[in-house]
Amino acid sequence: MLTTPSSLDQRFGLSRRVVLPGSLRLDGGALLAPVEIAYETYGTLAADGGNAMLVCHALTGDQHLASAHPRTGKPGWWQRMVGPGKPIDTDRYFVICTNVLGSCMGSTGPASVDPSTGRPYAMAFPVITIRDMVRAQALLLDHLGVARLAAVVGGSMGGMQALSWAATFPERVERCVVLASTARHSAQNIAFHEVGRQAVMADPNWRGGDYYDSDPPAAGLAVARMAAHITYLSEAGLTEKFGRRLQARAQKSFGFDADFQVESYLRHQGLAFTDRFDANSYLYITRALDYFDLAEEHGGLLANAFRGTATRFCLVSFDTDWLYPTAESRSIVHALMAAGAPASFVELSSPFGHDAFLLDSPELDRVIHGFLSAGR
Amino acid sequence: MSLRPDLAIIAAHLPAGARALDIGCGDGELMAALRDERGADVRGLELDPGNVAAAVGRGLSVIQGDADVDLAGYPDQSFDYAILSQTLQTARAPDRVLDELLRIGRFAFVSFPNFAHWRVRLSLLWGGRMPVTRLLPERWYDTPNIHHLTIDDFRAHLAERGVIVEGAWFLSGDKQTGGAAANFLAEHAIFLLRREQRPLDRG
Repeated sequence: MLTTPSSLDQRFGLSRRVVLPGSLRLDGGALLAPVEIAYETYGTLAADGGNAMLVCHALTGDQHLASAHPRTGKPGWWQRMVGPGKPIDTDRYFVICTNVLGSCMGSTGPASVDPSTGRPYAMAFPVITIRDMVRAQALLLDHLGVARLAAVVGGSMGGMQALSWAATFPERVERCVVLASTARHSAQNIAFHEVGRQAVMADPNWRGGDYYDSDPPAAGLAVARMAAHITYLSEAGLTEKFGRRLQARAQKSFGFDADFQVESYLRHQGLAFTDRFDANSYLYITRALDYFDLAEEHGGLLANAFRGTATRFCLVSFDTDWLYPTAESRSIVHALMAAGAPASFVELSSPFGHDAFLLDSPELDRVIHGFLSAGR
Repeated sequence: MSLRPDLAIIAAHLPAGARALDIGCGDGELMAALRDERGADVRGLELDPGNVAAAVGRGLSVIQGDADVDLAGYPDQSFDYAILSQTLQTARAPDRVLDELLRIGRFAFVSFPNFAHWRVRLSLLWGGRMPVTRLLPERWYDTPNIHHLTIDDFRAHLAERGVIVEGAWFLSGDKQTGGAAANFLAEHAIFLLRREQRPLDRG
């Protein structure tokens, strides 16, 4: 592994971090500096730089795309998709994955030290947008010497970044893959996020965000994660997995223990999340999603975001995804058609709801592999 | 080239470099031929997700959708040619699909199996049963073909709508046949259509 040319370059490989030069002007008007980005790269950058691909993670994801997570020890979040001979083939592509701006796995976020006070930013961290995340990624690519991406790929929030990439830097993006995503957050999406944020803020440990010297608001963050987790699944999937089965008992307790399997599953998901995620980052990233409205950034007409683009698009939705349902992908497709952009779209069938893009799906593999292989 | 004969006729008559939309494109067989052999800029619309995946795997731009509802998303005159092969008879509202075709494309290729072919007539006349032929292979209860039509029906419809016929080709078996008794002799028809010169947009 240490013999490939790219791994001799300190910029390339796993668990990398870089402080970007200069400052980043944010959509909210603030100037953020310094900006540190944590990232990983897989495969080897071709001499002509033509095989670089950026994979964007979802809300609570990270840069550990296909490498073990340092805190949980679990495999990378898309290990099934990315690797030698896999649909995103690292024998062929040089794959980059960054921890987004505002997150808590090594990129600058609310837990980072504010140079003006010497203490964590907490709620003094400026509000960021999806486009800010993308601009930070673009600066990272400059650092890596990657001028142009053969593809930008993302699901859910990663799909929003992929769309934002295509709209913000069309000349740098050859292909754009958007899975189970949307061009704007709906009132329902915002509503669910608000429930999560209020749960965090209602936790007495939150202390206005200033908890880095004491216990974090784990209970509130766990509730936020539980509520969000439901939106990632489907009713059919939940019923199939848990039904109304009881957890480790023969009868109902007539109390408020986790009688039902689905309750203990959610409690486990909520608690496991608090071990690896910062509550303030959750507030800032959900806010970035809520502010996302690609049409608004382009005079209210989504087609304007893609006018004259040479980027080729591929969108995939899942029929049981009620967080970003197929209609959201279709409206992007219509905008791409109106803009004359080359676009493919398919709705795949899955019982697993929004999370389907992360799970085993031979059809998804086929679409992604086919789309990425074509025209090279 | 091993294209289906009706597709071969369309491919042979599409000008090089044209911008085309193939509606009901299946796994992209025609699209791939138009791209590779005519240098066409071609897009597809297809109902079946497996077919879409196969077409995307060929490097084609295909959108999963239903001709009955999703054509409305395409802007006016956004293509030189709209292509509808062997799909008209499966549409819920073939007249509206035809209107959409001529709105989206400056020209439209339409091909369909002719229900007035003598073998179909014989089958119904002598057998008293819904015909099951090479081009209409399904039984009455599981056929996707819900609006059977004949070449004469189609011509009459075009005349009513003021649609101009730029070209017409007829197939019997895999061979081309003349237009004279096409309604009786042709198994399959391919039309090249153009909307009548439209009056200026109404204010």
